[in-house]
Amino acid sequence: MSEKVGVYVCHCGTNIAGKVAVEEVAEWAGKQPNVEIARDYKFMCSSLGQELIEEDIKDKGLTRVVVAACSPHMHEKTFRTACQRAGLNPFLFEMANIREHDSWTTDDNDAATHKAKALVRGAIDRVVHHQPLEPLPVEINSNTLIVGGGIAGISAALELADAGYHVYMVEREPSIGGHMAQLDKTFPTLDCSACILTPKMVDVGQHDNITLLSYSEVEEVDGYLGNFTVTVRKKARYVNEELCTGCGICVEKCPKKVVDNVFEAGVGMRKVIYTPFPQAVPKYPVIDTENCTYFIRGKCKACQIFCPTDAIDFEQEDEMVKFQVGNVILATGYQLFDVSRIPRYGYGRLANVFTSLEFERLVNASGPTSGKVVLRDMETAPKSVAIVHCVGSRDQNYHEYCSKVCCMYSLKFAHLIHERLPDAQVYNFYIDVRTPGKGYEEFYHRLLDEDTNFIRGRVAEITDVPRTPEEEGKLIVQAEDTLLMLQRRIPVDMVILSPAMEAYSDSREVSQLFKMGCDFEGFFIERHPKLDPVATMTEGIFIAGACQGPKDIPDSVAQGAAAAARVASLIARGTVMMEPVRASIDEDKCCGCRLCNELCPYNAIEFHEDRKVSEVITALCQGCGACVATCPSEAITGAHFTKQQVMSEIEGILWDMITEPVAAPEPVEA
Amino acid sequence: MSDKPKLAMYWASSCGGCEISVLNIGDKILIVDSVFDLAFFPCIADFKVADVRGYPDGYIDVCLFNGAIRNSENEEMAHLLRQKSKVLVAYGSCAYEGCIPALSNLTTAEATFKAVYHDNPSIDNPDGVRPQLVSQVPEGELTLPKFYNTVKSLDQVVPVDYYLPGCPPEPPQIWAVLEAVVAALTEGAELPPAGSVVGIGTVAVCDECPLEKNVKTIERFYRPYEITPEPGICLLEQGLVCMGPATVSGCGALCPQVAMGCRGCYGPLPGVDDQGAKMLSAIASVVAVGEPGEEEAELERKIAEAMETLVDPAGTFYRFSMAHSLLRRTKANGGSVQQTSS
Amino acid sequence: MSEQFEPVIVGFLCNWCSYRAADLAGTARIKYAPNMRPIRVMCTARIEPQFVLKALREGADGVLIAGCHPGECHYVEGNIKALRRHTLLKQMLRQFGVEEERVQIVWASASEGRMLAEAVDRMTEQVRALGPLRWKQTVLSGNGSVELAAAGHQEEVTLPEAEEV
Repeated sequence: MSEKVGVYVCHCGTNIAGKVAVEEVAEWAGKQPNVEIARDYKFMCSSLGQELIEEDIKDKGLTRVVVAACSPHMHEKTFRTACQRAGLNPFLFEMANIREHDSWTTDDNDAATHKAKALVRGAIDRVVHHQPLEPLPVEINSNTLIVGGGIAGISAALELADAGYHVYMVEREPSIGGHMAQLDKTFPTLDCSACILTPKMVDVGQHDNITLLSYSEVEEVDGYLGNFTVTVRKKARYVNEELCTGCGICVEKCPKKVVDNVFEAGVGMRKVIYTPFPQAVPKYPVIDTENCTYFIRGKCKACQIFCPTDAIDFEQEDEMVKFQVGNVILATGYQLFDVSRIPRYGYGRLANVFTSLEFERLVNASGPTSGKVVLRDMETAPKSVAIVHCVGSRDQNYHEYCSKVCCMYSLKFAHLIHERLPDAQVYNFYIDVRTPGKGYEEFYHRLLDEDTNFIRGRVAEITDVPRTPEEEGKLIVQAEDTLLMLQRRIPVDMVILSPAMEAYSDSREVSQLFKMGCDFEGFFIERHPKLDPVATMTEGIFIAGACQGPKDIPDSVAQGAAAAARVASLIARGTVMMEPVRASIDEDKCCGCRLCNELCPYNAIEFHEDRKVSEVITALCQGCGACVATCPSEAITGAHFTKQQVMSEIEGILWDMITEPVAAPEPVEA
Repeated sequence: MSDKPKLAMYWASSCGGCEISVLNIGDKILIVDSVFDLAFFPCIADFKVADVRGYPDGYIDVCLFNGAIRNSENEEMAHLLRQKSKVLVAYGSCAYEGCIPALSNLTTAEATFKAVYHDNPSIDNPDGVRPQLVSQVPEGELTLPKFYNTVKSLDQVVPVDYYLPGCPPEPPQIWAVLEAVVAALTEGAELPPAGSVVGIGTVAVCDECPLEKNVKTIERFYRPYEITPEPGICLLEQGLVCMGPATVSGCGALCPQVAMGCRGCYGPLPGVDDQGAKMLSAIASVVAVGEPGEEEAELERKIAEAMETLVDPAGTFYRFSMAHSLLRRTKANGGSVQQTSS
Repeated sequence: MSEQFEPVIVGFLCNWCSYRAADLAGTARIKYAPNMRPIRVMCTARIEPQFVLKALREGADGVLIAGCHPGECHYVEGNIKALRRHTLLKQMLRQFGVEEERVQIVWASASEGRMLAEAVDRMTEQVRALGPLRWKQTVLSGNGSVELAAAGHQEEVTLPEAEEV
């Protein structure tokens, strides 16, 4: 075959030309097979540079274009568009990266020039085999699925619903609100968390454009950007939502109380039929069948007896709900590090060691102690409290990262203790005090003014074994005070641990359900950590809030809104063009061996039992090439990364290794 | 000699099975006999090389050349027969892509000679006698063919018109090819383009194989004697290596039907450069060991352990196609020449 | 140009992690061995043994496969597929006399430019120590015929002109 390749070698000022002999490379390129014209130019990405390409395409009838310049991640799009303007299919273009991968990486001019030639020849030999490709138009369904009803999910839902688009919100717990509903005050303003959250919760519950599926979980997701089919399991509450008025009589009359390990973090109780908290949205209670006397022994039924609208239904079953959406926002939040993994901190063994969430519930006006700060006996007020920062964070043994919010809430706790127990001594054990947000540093200073004791040192141990009479009956916190350079043992009555913010333990399963990725720590992976934090690598799936990484409420709200904006933009466009770099199977060549079926991470390869062949569902395929590399019959073609293209690039890049011209055999047409 | 079309069949480095396979076409051999005259067929007739040298160029209408190119005699005959034949067919896997003789490319000529003439328990050779290229015997000077370091396929020494793969080719395929040639000669029918691989199907062996195929996930591999496969289910799924997916059909999937994994003798699918590499890729991809999220060292260990259950990958994947593979042979002084044992 | 042997290493870099890591190394002006010539693929899962063998055959002294860390692959577990194929390929290459250091797989996330540069430097030195591979010239040349001489002879390999394939 003969193509007319235009080769353009960019100087990029002196970025490339300073090391690579660009004129020499261009002149050499002009002599390579299939090259019609080769030029060098100062700045190919400038409008003049692009015009050079466009004019040559028109005047010289170029059929392929190679630009040797910066990384394709910088300007592939620029040059592809230039080709398109001149009437050449944008995929008949290839870049050779002779800047980031060459001129910027070596001081040896000869080596840089030599390498540039290899990269250029590789691009030339490859581009000759490129095929014109057309992007795929995909229609965007205007519904959106939001998984998670915490502050990030709520923020996203309200943005979209107010914009006029329909939202399905799926929340695993009986009520939306997430962890924010458990908090007492929020830093640094000390706003009451419930007061700022509940109006938004009510908005969500009442919004015409929001279908709230609470006490539900996503079971299956099929499809692709713009066309997802979602199956949700609505778990049985054993309460008929059509009849329930939320009067609460059932909860009042229920005779059995159990420890509430979820909302009350284990420091409070709830009834067996319960709403998680008074301002729950929706207001429908749920029966905890594991502890319910009726479900265990068939007795009681007090709730049913007293319900004025006969809304209790013990026969209720889980319901499967299916619907279509165009996009998904995952806002599944976080869980706290299990502090019992650090046995020397004594959680679980020593009664008065608390986690931050436990303390939040204690200090909350609507919590089990109505806001009184007391010890585990629910009576005694502590005279001294230690707050331990970085439990499980900034720790090579557990999580290396900083959890971002704990310093601030540890300071908040210190403040609240000062407020409720003015005579109590408060000790904050810290490594650094991290207060980067608006008003955060000022808040820290306030705490300094409140005579909080700050000890810079990682806590080694929390023990109840006394060494001196003063330590009897106390919890002793041992730490090295690195500013004083002393080992210190501080006896206190109560210890609060600030645990790391972790991804949910099932985040990996969730990410697999939605065909996107988690990082090592289980947080969802964003498309780009700097420039695209709410998108994922999977088209149509977005993330917001703590599930992407530890963050505070303002950032969660911002991300929720950002994700909503991205979704709204897609919906507004109506139709989106998808990249055509995908796989396809030639049915005539497929032997039905089924080696490819399990390989695809997007389940994009279907096996047809009737014809005994496999087929790639184009819109699901993300173009990784795993199946292309596997198929031993070469029945699968990977558009834009075909075997022929890559093999030619290999030959081209090793142009100087073949010392004598080797007659290439006629390719056997596949 | 009559003016019937001339047929030749020559064996280079071969086992003789291809000659027998021609007889395997049964009574159709009589049709062959009626259409052709033999011009050269060392297995069954007493023609001499001198006869062949005496033929005019192109005298032989069809030459079925089987066997790989192991030594200089094989190569000389290849050149001679190419010159004297109109149509040269690389008959059988050896001539097509090297087959079993080409497995010796995993060692060197020197190592081979050492093993045969010096280092084996049943040899008593105190003087270290070896075949000599040139020796003086009472009758005069005797030359022996040069033993090559690298075994080659026929097309690596001369241009080939058609390839008929198989070890040996199967009777229906042989007959299909001979029939086409007969039709071309007697009725002027068109022959396929030069360079074609003939006598094969269009897709891989799996298409012909009657075993049930499910999604493939393999934990480890077994050698054929290690397990008894469940009947009716794909062998590859059960951890027995079967080259079926990377081998072109045409043989009727004879081996998998009797619970022996296909060994790949019919060669690669059209367009595939390297059959062994394709099969390696396919088979490694479906070893379902290791998951994202596992610690890197543990992942590598588990995968290495699973892959080590596949013994002798080079011999397995390139059993028939070594001469046509990308690397073709081991490095002459490569470190692992000794590792080519069974 | 120095007189010492300069290895030529073909690198297969995945678009999302290692290619970006290489970009980052360049942007940060990290200097490293110019011996690695990168080829971009979308995912290391696209890399098939055929590519590695082709590179070795066409004259590369080594092949580097660089992908995302396990668990971070853009396409979920493409890099693990690459690791599986590489493991088996390594085993087979031993039988062809190709040393393990010549075909390596490394993991580098998009932010690990320095790490990738260091890996390239390290591999360049390892391959330099092993010497040239230059498969076509050294292994495939001629028919590698062996002159047979008297007992105890030294092997003589005649090398006529380079092989045409």
